[in-house]
Amino acid sequence: MKSQSKLKINNLSLSFEEEIIKNISLEVNQEEIISIIGPSGCGKSTLFNIISGILRQNKGVIKIDGIEEKKRQGKFGYMFQEPLLFSWLKVLENVMLGYEIKGFKKEQAKLKAQDLLKKFNLFEYANFYPDSLSGGMKQKVALLRTIAFNSSILLLDEPFGSLDAITRSSLHLYLLEIWKKLKLTVIFTTHDIREAIFLSDRVYILSKKPATIIDCLKINLPRPRKTEDITSKKFVELEKKLISLL
Amino acid sequence: MKQYLLPVFVSILILFFWQTIVTIFHIEQWILPAPVQILNSFWQSRSLIFYHLIPTIIEAIIGLIGAVFISIFIAVLMERFTTMRKIIYPFLILSQTIPFIILAPLLTLWFGFGILPKIIIVILVCFFPIVINLFDGFHGVDPAVLRLMTSMGANQRQIFKWVKLPASLPSFFSGLRIAAAYSILGAVVSEWTGADRGLGILLIRSTKSYLTDRVFAVIGIITILSMIAVLLVEMIARISIPWHYYKLKKIS
Repeated sequence: MKSQSKLKINNLSLSFEEEIIKNISLEVNQEEIISIIGPSGCGKSTLFNIISGILRQNKGVIKIDGIEEKKRQGKFGYMFQEPLLFSWLKVLENVMLGYEIKGFKKEQAKLKAQDLLKKFNLFEYANFYPDSLSGGMKQKVALLRTIAFNSSILLLDEPFGSLDAITRSSLHLYLLEIWKKLKLTVIFTTHDIREAIFLSDRVYILSKKPATIIDCLKINLPRPRKTEDITSKKFVELEKKLISLL
Repeated sequence: MKQYLLPVFVSILILFFWQTIVTIFHIEQWILPAPVQILNSFWQSRSLIFYHLIPTIIEAIIGLIGAVFISIFIAVLMERFTTMRKIIYPFLILSQTIPFIILAPLLTLWFGFGILPKIIIVILVCFFPIVINLFDGFHGVDPAVLRLMTSMGANQRQIFKWVKLPASLPSFFSGLRIAAAYSILGAVVSEWTGADRGLGILLIRSTKSYLTDRVFAVIGIITILSMIAVLLVEMIARISIPWHYYKLKKIS
């Protein structure tokens, strides 16, 4: 895989009354999955809010494909911990919304959404209302909606944080499958060490407030990864190393 | 259906008790007529009641529809323009300190004994619960959803169309349900100040003639009408926001 920097962040800082983000620099390559791990409330979500353009940084530069972007709203597929599906829309319509906001006409959005649902095994739920789905299913739909909207870079903010362990590990595989098929670039936050190692190519470790990067750990586990891998010797070593860094 | 069994049973019990009391203690007819007698009176004056029923229903329906349109207009205006909100909101709250019924004589003075002053009263009585509920609905949208829409680069108009409008429908219908119950009441009372047709005027005339059984019959009809109005709104709600009932079913 040729490394081309898809997203580059230089010396990002933000403070309101107190310092929240301090000199964060990071880089994400094309088709790479990186995770940002850190204690709860350390400012991971704030970091994503800045990257996605909801908040404005005090200092620092954010480049996408090598070009500095000041207005970044709409340039990322941003997904939150809660599915935030629209309960008045059926699954298909929720995914369609991603395309519609992007500017597709309704009929076209419908075809594209149907395609996406078929491709990733959710088509049978197309006519369900979100409130009739389980937590894991909702999050799958939310993931597809995010991809429908913008799949160039995904920002996933603790996407599996509220799920139970079994559902979570099935969603890990789901995400990896989508990532492989669609060649996505993914950044996600978590406070789960195993999740970070299992999914990522690299893990950025964030400090307590003010958030700053302590270290970056390369995860040189082979892909495709399977659920059993978490018991392998190499995995456990990485886990130990990450714990010591936190 | 099972859940209605008990209240229906209790109602029948109360009616039976009422009938017995009136019979045993020989209560005067003009003070408290027995249920059977009320039913009888209803049957005998059914064409009269029907004659007076029509205008009341028309006033209530037109007034309620008018109130819906006016409420949507005001609520959207308040939602979209902060200045409008600051101007309108205090007046809205203040307006509720005026019992609108007392405006009925004034409106009769201005617009005569026709249907128009009654419709205006119904609108005035009905618009407040709809406006307030709709406006609350606009504001009750999950801030995280708004953040999501902002991150997608959606503008205010798109957020309104895609999120705020559909999300506020359940509270709109709660407002409408209350307003529907008020609409019949508003129409009946507005007729008291002067009309030649309407359940309100029939009620007054029956009272003046000491036809207590007919008064009860009319009260019964008014109650049933109000219940039908609420049920109709409920039915429309179930058809137009099925997803909301899904959610409720899941919670319970």
